[in-house]
Amino acid sequence: MLSRTASSLYWLGRYFERADFIARLVEATVRLDVLSPRSAGLAAWGSALAVTDTASAFAEGGRELRRREVARFLTVETCHPGSIVRCVDMARTNARAVRTALTREAWSAINRAWLHFEAKPAADDPTAVLGLVEAVKNETRGFEGAVHRMLRNQTTWFIRLGQAVERADNTARLLDVKYHILLPAGERIGGVVDRDQWTTILQTVSAVTAYRWLYSDGLKPANVIDLLIARTELPRSLAASVEETVDVLGQLARRTGQHGEADRMARLRANRMTKTRSGDVIAGGLHQFLEAFIQENAQLHGAIGRQFKFA
Amino acid sequence: MRIAIEHQIVHRPKPGRPTMVQMLRLTPENYDDQTVANWHIDVDCDARLRRGQDGFGNAVTMLYIQDAPETVTITATGEVLTSDAHGLVRGTTETLPPALFLRATPATPADAAIAAFAEEAISGADSSLAALHAVNAALHRRFASDARSSATDAAAAFASKAVGACDLAHIFCVAARSLGVPARFVSGFAALHDAATATAHCWAEAYVEGLGWIGFDPSIGLSPQERHVRVAVALDAAGATAVSGEAWRDVALVDEAAQ
Amino acid sequence: MRTPFLRCSMEPEHWGERNDRMGTIAAFDEIMGAAGKDMPRPELSALQRWLDHTPDSELRRRQQSAEATFRQLGITFAVYGESDAAERIIPFDIVPRVFLPDEWARLSEGLVQRVEAINAFLDDIYGERKILRDGILPPDLIFGNPQFRPEIAGMRPPHGVWAHICGIDLVRTGPDDFFVLEDNARTPSGVSYMLENREAMLRLCPELFRQFRVAAVDSYPDRLLATMKSVAPHGVAEPTCVVLTPGHFNSAYYEHSFLADSMGIELVEAADLVVDDDIVWMRTIAGRVKVDVIYRRVDDDFLDPLVFRPDSMLGVPGLIAAYAAGNVAILNAPGNGIADDKAIYSYMPDIVRYYSGAEPKLKNVETWRCREPEALAYVLDHLDELVVKLVDGSGGYGMLVGPTATKAQIEHFRAALIAEPHRYIAQPTLALSTVPTLVESGVAPRHVDFRPFVLTGRNGVEVTPGGLTRVALREGSLVVNSSQGGGTKDSFVLLHPEPESWVQVQGQQSQIQTQGVR
Repeated sequence: MLSRTASSLYWLGRYFERADFIARLVEATVRLDVLSPRSAGLAAWGSALAVTDTASAFAEGGRELRRREVARFLTVETCHPGSIVRCVDMARTNARAVRTALTREAWSAINRAWLHFEAKPAADDPTAVLGLVEAVKNETRGFEGAVHRMLRNQTTWFIRLGQAVERADNTARLLDVKYHILLPAGERIGGVVDRDQWTTILQTVSAVTAYRWLYSDGLKPANVIDLLIARTELPRSLAASVEETVDVLGQLARRTGQHGEADRMARLRANRMTKTRSGDVIAGGLHQFLEAFIQENAQLHGAIGRQFKFA
Repeated sequence: MRIAIEHQIVHRPKPGRPTMVQMLRLTPENYDDQTVANWHIDVDCDARLRRGQDGFGNAVTMLYIQDAPETVTITATGEVLTSDAHGLVRGTTETLPPALFLRATPATPADAAIAAFAEEAISGADSSLAALHAVNAALHRRFASDARSSATDAAAAFASKAVGACDLAHIFCVAARSLGVPARFVSGFAALHDAATATAHCWAEAYVEGLGWIGFDPSIGLSPQERHVRVAVALDAAGATAVSGEAWRDVALVDEAAQ
Repeated sequence: MRTPFLRCSMEPEHWGERNDRMGTIAAFDEIMGAAGKDMPRPELSALQRWLDHTPDSELRRRQQSAEATFRQLGITFAVYGESDAAERIIPFDIVPRVFLPDEWARLSEGLVQRVEAINAFLDDIYGERKILRDGILPPDLIFGNPQFRPEIAGMRPPHGVWAHICGIDLVRTGPDDFFVLEDNARTPSGVSYMLENREAMLRLCPELFRQFRVAAVDSYPDRLLATMKSVAPHGVAEPTCVVLTPGHFNSAYYEHSFLADSMGIELVEAADLVVDDDIVWMRTIAGRVKVDVIYRRVDDDFLDPLVFRPDSMLGVPGLIAAYAAGNVAILNAPGNGIADDKAIYSYMPDIVRYYSGAEPKLKNVETWRCREPEALAYVLDHLDELVVKLVDGSGGYGMLVGPTATKAQIEHFRAALIAEPHRYIAQPTLALSTVPTLVESGVAPRHVDFRPFVLTGRNGVEVTPGGLTRVALREGSLVVNSSQGGGTKDSFVLLHPEPESWVQVQGQQSQIQTQGVR
């Protein structure tokens, strides 16, 4: 496979995954803010900006922190790279560059997502925003399915590698921004958290049902942290993303006969992860742990680029 | 005359671009009045060299370097025996007919000012040959020579005062073509100031019915005699240049003629 | 001169300009026969019945369904000069254009003869140039023409094939009256529309394929790949073939990716290729892989910055050296522009005659070269009937359309012609054929033209049984250009009612059947 093709597939995986993540985040935030009987208000929107690392880009435009503004900013605003529309556009640009490698089904899902934005949709009221993110989620789900139905070859593995690396990053960021909600300063760890707040988090990583399956002792922040960090059963947990990265790199190694820096880094990280207990993480400082994780993930991203000669 | 040549080109590839692919036109060939006694092209790092021929029939050498060091030095050395033929070029390999060399190119566009200059220069000339010599001499008189100067095209060069040998050759081509005479650019070496030292040089050739291709060097206002070593011809400098490749845009080029 | 990018696109800008002049004389309708008749040509009565029995609303629904699919698949072209790089689809018309078996057989013979001559001409003009020695063409027509590339003189493509993929633009005025408008021997586009239109017709109008035995076009990618492999450099047993594209910002990118995809080969950009030791390699995740055959959809100027435009960032340095060394085949060969140049066009009948030794089976649009005194005299006498244009002009600049011109315009041109006759040619206005087309008011005749695709490999020339039909959707318009309201149609080539041949049937079976007969 061409190095450029591999690079585009990988980035396509990353961007479409990111679009999906932002869509979920926006959806959860709308619910938390508008649909909840006890509105979380602007704080929820502020933290959505923080999760997507767009708070400063938002402030730069002289925008006022209002829910409508933030919702627009994260969905249809094209002036910064952290909106759904830009992620979808980048995903599609990469997909176009490797159109030959994708099935029609996979391409169509991305193209349809892009067409939703081509129509210059409104994002001015909660209903419109929810409609839009629902449409995006439909396409990302369709894409996910299409990728799983594609030939199990390098094309699929590079897309999934991008998705796994992106997913690890997203979940880590989500936790990092929201941990103060889970672990409010001055409160005893394990205390009762705001039900709506943690539901938001679980919704963003589609883990509400998973949580109920895995934990029978009620809604506890320690459990939420455990689920998102250490439980491989949850596809969007750090542990699962880390495992997926190793698997996918292993598949690629089998096809190309090449092992490299990225394989070694990913395996090392996965070994460490299996020994990680969420209790220790909380005791040792969740924020420090997540920061280190995000950094290591970025290093792995660099190693992948070098190993497959992305350039 | 026996001319010894040692021509050195030093490249400094940009960091991060370790692959170099270049086309070199650095090899003189034998014809009636030029005999190459010996000739080498050397590169001071791991490189692959491939001989070939371009569309104009010039000998070219493809240079491929995969991991270029900080500087790459290409050296052409050899000895060439020449004899004076009053500019006449005989016994060369011609792949294209003279009619092709009436064509304008981006570096040699048709230009009214040059055409007017040529018209004026040839007044009184009684033959094509005389007319071409008149244009050549007039160009030599008009311009101060500035070896380092190089304009984008002949029209721009003509509007300036000091021009390089390359510009002069271009202007000559435009002038000759404006008179309906096929003309082409020549690159090579010349020992102009000192019989023992030949440096990179360029001039022009024009085609005169009945005589064939004849050299004109507007830098000296004369036809090449035995001090010129002819390497490559083309419609303009782009097709005859010693080095085609990233040297044009990506690498610093230090062109030093050796002693 | 066209821009290189337009060259690769669906939008030869002069196409419309050419057709524009062809008047509004009563036209031959390809389904109904002579204009104004209300009975169809007998062989096509089934199509007329289909049109009669299918309500317009149903036709419209199908058409919209096809266009929705095209949009979803991204079969779009970018419109240059529009600020937001808008991507559009070309309108698709649901009513097919139909060629009868005999018509097609005769047309094919003409196409084969013409393409063979194009290849012979290119091989000669960059080699021995016998045609000039024999005085068939004026030498200045070649040597003064920027499309003749001295940079590659003396180089010969593997197996001597130059124009591997040709698109010959035709118009029609009667059952067997086809005229060549233009030969495209560089990077003709549109073949993806031929294939996608057929797929849409199979899905939306399956009944038509039961009523008619339509030749299959879906093996085109296989044939193209076979053509590529057949011209691989000598001694390469399992050639690696690629499609070279300028990139996904190119207006014809969809087609480039579609072709690579359906041939199962890599779609590369210049940055993916590197030349080392006169061999072309592509950069892959597992290291370098040698490349033997390149179907390039990049203009000559952008092939190799060492030989052509030095400022080109799209090119592959050293590609021409690899080609000259015989280590790679480039489709179509560099330098082909001289064969389809406007100035050469009027000499094509002479060129065909010279190389084939026979009369041309396909006609040119009659052309008076005003550089010839007799022709000039005729043109000056008939300015009000003719279209006069500059040989080196484009985009309608410097053109006189006699039948619609004012007296002043005609007199202005008379003066220009007398002053510089060699710069002009003149052609008659033609009555372009029409085909029933679904428009706002229902089904009505609209003018069409046609681009068939002809492949030439080591083993000879073959004509793909189909092509791209373009239709001017505005009433009376002769402009088929899609940026000015033009669309496309499927083009059916009917087969004789014999059991064994290339039948297009619905779905998977077509593969089996076509394989069985090849």
